[in-house]
Amino acid sequence: MATSPTKPATASSTKSSGFIYGPLLAGWLIPGGGHFLQRKWIRGSLLLVAIGTMFVLGILMQGKLYTSAQSILDMLGLAGDMGSGLFYLVSRQMGLGTDAIQVTTADYGTRFLVFAGLLNIIAAVDAHNLYTGRKK
Amino acid sequence: MTYSPSHFTAVLEFALCVSVVFGITQRDTPKRMLRYGAAAFGLFAGSAIVLSWLMFFLAR
Repeated sequence: MATSPTKPATASSTKSSGFIYGPLLAGWLIPGGGHFLQRKWIRGSLLLVAIGTMFVLGILMQGKLYTSAQSILDMLGLAGDMGSGLFYLVSRQMGLGTDAIQVTTADYGTRFLVFAGLLNIIAAVDAHNLYTGRKK
Repeated sequence: MTYSPSHFTAVLEFALCVSVVFGITQRDTPKRMLRYGAAAFGLFAGSAIVLSWLMFFLAR
């Protein structure tokens, strides 16, 4: 009787153990945090520098941090800002990004802040994919 | 402390940061990450220059 060949173990079954959403959560709180958890030091550092620089530049350009959602556009901006995790929470606590926009670059700054959050979400999902073995 | 870059400087800074994240997250190996990131940066900056000239001629 022929025996059926054993299936190769999928990457997801061999790699992930423990709390599967840990890297996702860490990556959301601190840019590159999910990569640091998996000892991907260079990737994590580059993500931290890129996303952190973008967030700091946004604040320095006097960009606005969304604090409430009065309209659909505000809601999208708030969702983007909250993607920055601790950066957003700490900045809110420090009262940054609350001034009324008075110069053109402040509008750029607002976009930098939103995009920093969105990029951080992409990075956190990437860390999750690395953890589950979906990505090398 | 405030920072007021020109529009083009802001574009380059934006392109650089986004390209780094795109390169790392969208490709698997370091060599492919570098190539993808460089291509993304070139396309961001290049398209900004091309569109700027297009708008310049459209406005005349």
